[in-house]
This record gives sequence, structure tokens and C-alpha cells, in this order.
Amino acid sequence: MAIMPGADPREITDAPVLEAPPESPEALEAAKPRSLLRRGWDVFAENKLALASLAMLVFIILFCFVGPHLYHTDQVHTNLANALCPPSSAHPLGCDNVGYDVLGRLMVGGQTSLEVGFAAAIVAVFFGTLYGAFSGFIGGPVDSFLMRIVDAGLSIPYILLVIILSVVFHPNTIIMIFIIAVFYWLGVARLVRGETLTLRTREYVQAVKVIGGTRRRSVVRHIVPNAIGTIIVQTTFAVADSILILAGLGFLGLGVQPPATDWGDMLSGGLTYMQSGTNYWWLIYPAGIAIILTCICFNFIGDALRDAFETRLQRR
Amino acid sequence: MVGFLIRRSLQALLVLFLVTVFTLALVHLFPGGPIRALLGPRATPQQVATANQQYGFDQPFYVQYIKWVGQILRGNLGYSAKLNQTVTSLIAQDLPKTVILVALGLIVSLLFGIPLGLYQAVKRYTVGDYVLTGIAFLGYATPVFFVGLLLIQWFAIDIHLFPPFAPQGTTVGAILSDPKALVLPTAAYAFVLFALWSRYMRSSVMDNLVQDYVRTARAKGASERRVLWGHVFRNSLMAIVTLLGLSLPTLVAGALFIEVVFNYPGMGLAFYNAALNVDYQVLLGFTLIATLATIVGNLLADVSYAVLDPRVRY
Repeated sequence: MAIMPGADPREITDAPVLEAPPESPEALEAAKPRSLLRRGWDVFAENKLALASLAMLVFIILFCFVGPHLYHTDQVHTNLANALCPPSSAHPLGCDNVGYDVLGRLMVGGQTSLEVGFAAAIVAVFFGTLYGAFSGFIGGPVDSFLMRIVDAGLSIPYILLVIILSVVFHPNTIIMIFIIAVFYWLGVARLVRGETLTLRTREYVQAVKVIGGTRRRSVVRHIVPNAIGTIIVQTTFAVADSILILAGLGFLGLGVQPPATDWGDMLSGGLTYMQSGTNYWWLIYPAGIAIILTCICFNFIGDALRDAFETRLQRR
Repeated sequence: MVGFLIRRSLQALLVLFLVTVFTLALVHLFPGGPIRALLGPRATPQQVATANQQYGFDQPFYVQYIKWVGQILRGNLGYSAKLNQTVTSLIAQDLPKTVILVALGLIVSLLFGIPLGLYQAVKRYTVGDYVLTGIAFLGYATPVFFVGLLLIQWFAIDIHLFPPFAPQGTTVGAILSDPKALVLPTAAYAFVLFALWSRYMRSSVMDNLVQDYVRTARAKGASERRVLWGHVFRNSLMAIVTLLGLSLPTLVAGALFIEVVFNYPGMGLAFYNAALNVDYQVLLGFTLIATLATIVGNLLADVSYAVLDPRVRY
């Protein structure tokens, strides 16, 4: 779990060794939206790892949302007669400690994980982008103060904050989305603000001012769209991080309340039995592997997207 | 430089003020207020009102804030009614144990992460580099508690090499007297941190390898070993030093999960138990201490960066 705002290893690129040609500011102005997407997709499609991740992700989403319609299990009522039954033909991945079929549970838990992951990422990136763009564009003491608020929020170790919020709110899925977003938007805000600081000195943003455009127009129509690459990449990473945070809370038993579940919550069932030294491997491998696979896919896709957006700038 | 130090410290003070306001505001988020959390759902409205008065929660927020900060400055972080213990004494009891865990994890992860990151940068785009990059990617897509669970499954259940839980005991001595039980928690913690350091070291070394001073050193006939260890390595370490200062939230999160998975009796486990018991004084006291540490860590990171890198001008 590498959630370290301002110091995310995924922000690292390998550019320096190859000495990329300096990007020209004109490149942005000459670009046409439609060809940009096409170009971006071409670069993205060259990355086999990213394509494989995308395919994997589509499979995971189908598994979680279509799977329950093909593979029927009762995920609401416990069935203690089946508790901890080992994998068999009736239950391919066995049952958990209260008798839920693990394969079916994996689908239901995955729904929560993916829904919360996507929604939290979108909410956090949306607010973070607006806040960061506004702050960076205004500049001066207001920017300085707004950024100190972000600093303050980021100084509270995020895990403690989300645990306290979970204790306070006994979250359902919707509340969970906001608990995660409440801290995640801070990092996004800082990143977008940095981007805005460089963008607002560009000629086309200056030009808006000269021809009498409002500040709001500059931010909404010019700065945010030009930072869109950063924003999309950040959203992708945010989904992975949100799934990890939700899993962490679920593991601690502070996530969504039963009978709802998520992949992390499934793992917490395994822990109790493992500490007593008994072998119930089917309680930990399925959910754990699902989390890792999903997060790796999002990270690879984010990586490829960043290359797609950056190369677009360099090649022009 | 002095100007920078003063400005940066003033910023930290402002952040500190905002954080304390946030933290105190969190108290009032508890359903029915902090007293309801303390007395439980069966307390009568009169009892709640009396306690509110007693604890000063009926006063305006700014009065509460001033009193609260005054208490903190006198070293009083609150009292856990559930544990019948002051929060300060709880911290004094658990902090050293958590520090041991964090220190062990840090040392082991740095011992692997720094040399392997260097190796990756020197041998970039080779099989070895790709394998280690793959491991790093795995490292930050894997929840730390799952690493812990896997290690328990492999080394405590499949082969009975190490115990599935951390050393138990209230004193530091008791923890250290059982080194075998410390292996799995340390390994799980170190694995996720390793992903961070190796990734940063790799990129930092790669940044430095294309710098002019490396070309100069080579032109002067320095051996490749001297260039690498005498010049590049030392400059690359700087990034890691800075990163250490910024990594406190990650360290806290890691320690908390490791302590819960292995039942390690440190601050993380105490915080977790406080969360289950809605022991808000402990929750806020611990959060405040961890936040203070983060602010100081960030400050030190910025200052050390300015001190270590004379090119940085503020």
C-alpha cells in the first residue's frame, strides 16, 4: 500500500536516460481533440501489458457483475452446516466460517470493491481537481492558505482518519465512498495545483485574460482540459488505492456492514483461523489474489495512459 | 537559508494549528457527541448533560479548543475510561514496541531496497531489472495485511518454521526476548517498504547517471566503480533521505496492519482496539501524536533536502 501523497512511486518515469526532446508549448495549441484520442489510443495499444490488464479487468468486472446470474449462491443467509467446508464440486472454492460459498462471495464482494473503488476515485478526483485548479490559478496568499489546509489534511496519517470516520459512521457503500474520498482528494488537489501553476503561464491562458474572459472560464475551459492527462492517470491510480483502502477497512471489520462484504472483509475471516494454526487456505487466497490482480491491472493501465498522454506531447 | 527555515517553520505551525482544529472537530462527529460515545446508549439525557458540563463540551468551540491545547501542552492527552489509563501512559507503554517494529522493518527494507535499486538502475532494461520491477509493482498492489497472511500460511501453517503471531508481552524486553516470532512481522512489513525504496533508488540513480558531474568524473579517468559509489550512490541516497521524512503516513498504516495481523502489542493494535471500543480519547490522542510526527517528518525532509543539496535555492 503505497499511498504517499507527493511521493508516489508510480509518478516515476524513465524519461531522463533517453533525453526526450524538449516539448514545445505550441504543440498543445495545434492539437485537435479527435486526433489526440486516436493517437493516445495507438500508444496505449502498443503496450501489451496494458492491453492484457484491460482485458483482465473486463473479465473481473464481468465475473463480479454477470457471474452471480450464472452461478447462483445464497449470499444473504448464513448456513452453518456448510461452515468452513473445503473446496468440492458443489463449492469450487469451499465455504467461509459462516457457510457462504467463497466463489459466490468473491463475486458479491468484488461488486462492492469495484463500485466503491470507482466511485471514490471519481468523487475524490473531481473535488481535488477543482480545488487544486482554483488554488493554483488564484495564487498568492489564498493559494498559500488553501494549500496549508491540504497539508494539514495530509499530515493526519490517512489510515487513522479513515478508521475514525468508519467508527463514527458505521458505513454503508455510499458513506464508504465519501470516507475514502474525504482524504484522497487532498493528494489530487496538490498534484493538480502543481500542474495549474505551469499551465497558467502558457500563452493561451494569458490570452483569455487579455480578451476579457473570466477566471472561471480559464480554469474550466482551458486549465482543467489541458491537465486532463494527469487527471485521468490519477483517477486510474485512485481506483486501485481506493480498493486497497476499502480492503484494509474491511479487513479490520470496519468496512461495509454484513451481509454486504468486500474482498478485504473476506480476508478477515481467514485471519481468525490462521492464528490458531489451522489450514484454511481457501479463506485467504481467492480474495487476496482478486485484490492484487485488480490493483495491478489499474496500475499498469495508469502507467500506459501516462505514456500515451506524454508521448502525444513529445511527438508533435 | 535562514529565511527559508523560518518560513518553512511558520508554515508547519499553521499546519499544526489547522490539524489540531480538525482533530478536535472530529470529537464532535461522534453520534450524539463524545459523551454519548463515552457513557453508552443507555445513559439518560441528564447524565449526558452533566457529563457534557463536567468535560466542558457545552462551551463554545474556541473555548474548548484553548482548554484542550492547554491540556496537551501540559502533557495531558486525555483519559481512557475503557482502559482505566491515561492516554499518555498508554503511549509511553506501546510506542517503544511500535518503534522497534518500524525500525526493524525500515532497516531490513533499506538493506535490500537501496542496493537492489542501484543494481536495477545500472543494469536497466535487463531481465534482472524487469524481475525486480515486477516485484515492486506487486509490492504496491498488495495490501500489507495480505502479505502477512501469506507469510503465516507459508511459514507457520504449511511448514512450522515460525510462530503465526508476534512476541506477546507488555515490555520491550519481552518483545526482544523472542526474536523468532519477530521474523514474519518484520518480513511482511519490509516487503511493502522494499517496493518503495527500490523504485525510488532506481529512478534516483538513473537521474544521476546522466548528470554532467558523472561525465566529468569519467572524463577525468575515474573508474566506473568510483563513479558509481563515490559520486552517483551518495547523491542518490539524498532522495531516499528525503523520502524517509515523507513516508510516515505509510509507515503508520503498515505498522497498524502488521500489528493487527500478528497481534503485535504496539500502538497500532491499541488504536485498533480503541476503534472497536469507540474509545475516542485514545483515538484522538494517538492520531494527534502520529500527526505531529508526520509534520515534523515533512519539515525535516524539506530542511534536509535544502541542506544536502546546495543547488536548491529558496
